[in-house]
Amino acid sequence: MNYFPDEVIEHVFDFVTSQRDRNAISLVCKSWYKIERYSRQRVFIGNCYAINPERLLGRFPCLRSLTLKGKPHFADFNLVPHEWGGFVQPWIEALARSRLGLEELRLKRMVVTDVSLELLSRSFPNFKSLVLVSCEGFTTDGLASIAANCRHLRDLDLQENEIDDHRGQWLSCFPDTCTTLVTLNFACLEGETNLVALERLVARSPNLKSLKLNRAVPLDALARLMVCAPQIVDLGVGSYENDPDSESYLKLQAAIKKCTSLKRLSGFLEASPHCLSAFHPICHNLTSLNLSYAAEIHGSHLIKLIQHCKKLQRLWILDSIGDKGLAVVASTCKELQELRVFPTDLLGGGNTAVTEDGLVAISAGCPKLHSILYFCQQMTNAALITVAKNCPNFIRFRLCILEPNKPDHVTSQPLDEGFGAIVQACKNLRRLSLSGLLTDQVFQYIGMYATQLEMLSIAFAGDTDKGMLYVLNGCKKMRKLEIRDSPFGDTALLADVNKYQTMRSLWMSSCEVTLGGCKRLAQKAPWLNVEIINENDNNRMEENGHEGRQKVDKLYLYRTVVGTRTDAPPFVWIL
Amino acid sequence: MCPEEELQSNVSVASSSPTSNCISRNTAGGGLKEHNYLGLSDCSSVGSSTLSGLAEDDKATISLKATELTLGLPGPQSPARDTDLNLLSPAKLDEKTFFPLLPSKDEICSSSQKNIALGNKRGFSDAMDQFSEAKSSVYTEKNWMFPEVAATQSVTKKEVPQNIPKGQSITTNNSSSPPAAKAQIVGWPPVRSYRKNTLATTCKNSDEVDGKPGSGALFVKVSMDGAPYLRKVDLRSYTNYGELSSALEKMFTTFTLGQCGTNGATGKDMLSETKLKDLLNGKDYVLTYEDKDGDWMLVGDVPWEMFIDVCKKLKIMKGCDAIGLAPRAMEKSKMRA
Repeated sequence: MNYFPDEVIEHVFDFVTSQRDRNAISLVCKSWYKIERYSRQRVFIGNCYAINPERLLGRFPCLRSLTLKGKPHFADFNLVPHEWGGFVQPWIEALARSRLGLEELRLKRMVVTDVSLELLSRSFPNFKSLVLVSCEGFTTDGLASIAANCRHLRDLDLQENEIDDHRGQWLSCFPDTCTTLVTLNFACLEGETNLVALERLVARSPNLKSLKLNRAVPLDALARLMVCAPQIVDLGVGSYENDPDSESYLKLQAAIKKCTSLKRLSGFLEASPHCLSAFHPICHNLTSLNLSYAAEIHGSHLIKLIQHCKKLQRLWILDSIGDKGLAVVASTCKELQELRVFPTDLLGGGNTAVTEDGLVAISAGCPKLHSILYFCQQMTNAALITVAKNCPNFIRFRLCILEPNKPDHVTSQPLDEGFGAIVQACKNLRRLSLSGLLTDQVFQYIGMYATQLEMLSIAFAGDTDKGMLYVLNGCKKMRKLEIRDSPFGDTALLADVNKYQTMRSLWMSSCEVTLGGCKRLAQKAPWLNVEIINENDNNRMEENGHEGRQKVDKLYLYRTVVGTRTDAPPFVWIL
Repeated sequence: MCPEEELQSNVSVASSSPTSNCISRNTAGGGLKEHNYLGLSDCSSVGSSTLSGLAEDDKATISLKATELTLGLPGPQSPARDTDLNLLSPAKLDEKTFFPLLPSKDEICSSSQKNIALGNKRGFSDAMDQFSEAKSSVYTEKNWMFPEVAATQSVTKKEVPQNIPKGQSITTNNSSSPPAAKAQIVGWPPVRSYRKNTLATTCKNSDEVDGKPGSGALFVKVSMDGAPYLRKVDLRSYTNYGELSSALEKMFTTFTLGQCGTNGATGKDMLSETKLKDLLNGKDYVLTYEDKDGDWMLVGDVPWEMFIDVCKKLKIMKGCDAIGLAPRAMEKSKMRA
């Protein structure tokens, strides 16, 4: 392939944007490796401890966009202590020192501080895009530095972060010269918002396409904002409480009609259901609807809204929609690709809003469905088998039966056969989450059929180590395996140490793994970081005699090329 | 005085109106015991006799007084500070161990002070104690947060303190408890805390109108001075201060024991009383919270419902750090009311 000059090859590579493809390119030969690395602009790092900033910059000196993920997935559910790690500060410091022309930073589950944000805002004159998902550790003061110092800011997208809202004036820190905003999402802020500053900002941002407001933006402000931004494509409504006859509401109705580009709608943190009809005129354009925080919109209003949304591709709702509502979705939304049904009653108080019938209806009515997250109270093997027949195209299938270990509610059998049918039929399945009563059998099915599976979440399932072994041996493409409260122990853990080289990470909590087993693993695999999160200060590692019996609360292991991390808190033991 | 009766009271707490500071205990069958959340049957800071079966109407009269700050005598009796944990009874809880810093003349942090004028507040430690589950584990005696608290039911049975009840009865777990008493598995169902909190706020806002308690979760961070990491608790999974206290106690006890370990005790040993005493006498912890305005207040000043409404964060502080926190809570709520 050396017939072409490097510039030509590089030009060809420009068309290859997927990270995986570019990784593959770089493996072809030394020459391609070199060309690729100097032309690489976007890098995705799935585990911030697998590599360090120095090596990253060493290989990709022309980096423009960096995505970093920190804590393991189960941190979302309070299983990882806050101080575990995932600090972005060293990354920003290193990137700043190298004078990189960083333009875009996307972080997920990382600890971000105001200091980091300030440094970020001052170190990269061309910085354009900041996306923070499920991060924590910063306040609105940090946002103020970004607003004030990033002259070409295009995207400020804050998704589900824990932000200390100092009720400051961060919105007014955007200089009057800032007119480049395309995305502004501050829905997760809890405090008051300076509405005047917001309106002026929106008015001077002709490129604004995505605007997601927080709870503190009332209806009349929303109306004014929409008048300023009729070009909006993605809207997150904050507080939607109002009287259907009021003047603000009428203004809103008029403004909405003008938003002919509106495709994505979300928010409704507080909503008067009667006012939803204001959106009916544009529903036929909607491709994405997220009402999963709209606890106050029930049954008939939801259905009325959805009946207008014939082009919907993505729908996130609460289970208050009920099986009946899902049937309406199934008959209306023929383009549906992704569905998420979240639980309203988290205490499992017997509210059977959606059942296996809703799932079956959706699978029957929506031929393009490929991703589903479904929380429900009950399930049957028969339903899952039907779903598998109807929808062999699943890429992501996540089923959460709220009560752990619940069997098929009709036959009282484990749900092995149902999930087995899913993995057998869905040959492209990449992500799977299991729940309900499950034996080792389901893992045998997974090992046999789920050849493309990359991420598997297991909770309260299985009988013996065989279960985990089926998965480790069978799923060649496994990248992330997370297990909680299942009886898998050292035998499974140690059976194939090299397997972990092909995976990003393994999480096991409340399983049967012992400290002795983990130590043996760490010895055999120096390229792995084997971390024990130790909740009980009393445990001592020195007790050599008892390791075999000392069960480990939480084990998190991941491959890394940079060895043990140095920022681990004292309750994390790295073996 | 009917100790047995005391023991049968239902754990469940009906939702009281946000402004009332009485917790009414719903009992399935009779034995309705209405007590204010402080555990005092009436509002005088002087000893009260057993309160049983206070009618609902009395709530109103009691409520106002209960939240008044008074500089009264330490309590119906000032039991000698008994460092023998095994014999602790609710009565001894009178002692300001929990609120050593309330309107008091001294600025002493040590838990061994007596005769601090606590007025009604001291009752909180009662409240805390009363709700602790009966535990036979050694941890119950290591109630480092309330050094003089005996957390076992059996203990309180034996001792028939002069003002037992502050009226509060020991709780027993009834099977008819509300959902909050169901086993709460950590991290299950797998829903992000952000989502839980957001839904909870929405539900709360709408349900306040209906009068139903919010069904969502409300996670707040809990940190403790000297603990290696902070935790999160779901305030809605508790119905009163007592449950919160025992949960926190369970969560953070390990850190205290850990400290003992570093003092030379082998980690695996169960702490003996002497070691615990040494530890507890050396430090004194109080539970504080940060409210919506960003101010730090002592936990227990306001009714439970009000508390979960305003609490943003919890912190278990050393006693000496918490000086001067108490009075503001009541002033603030008066200003709000």
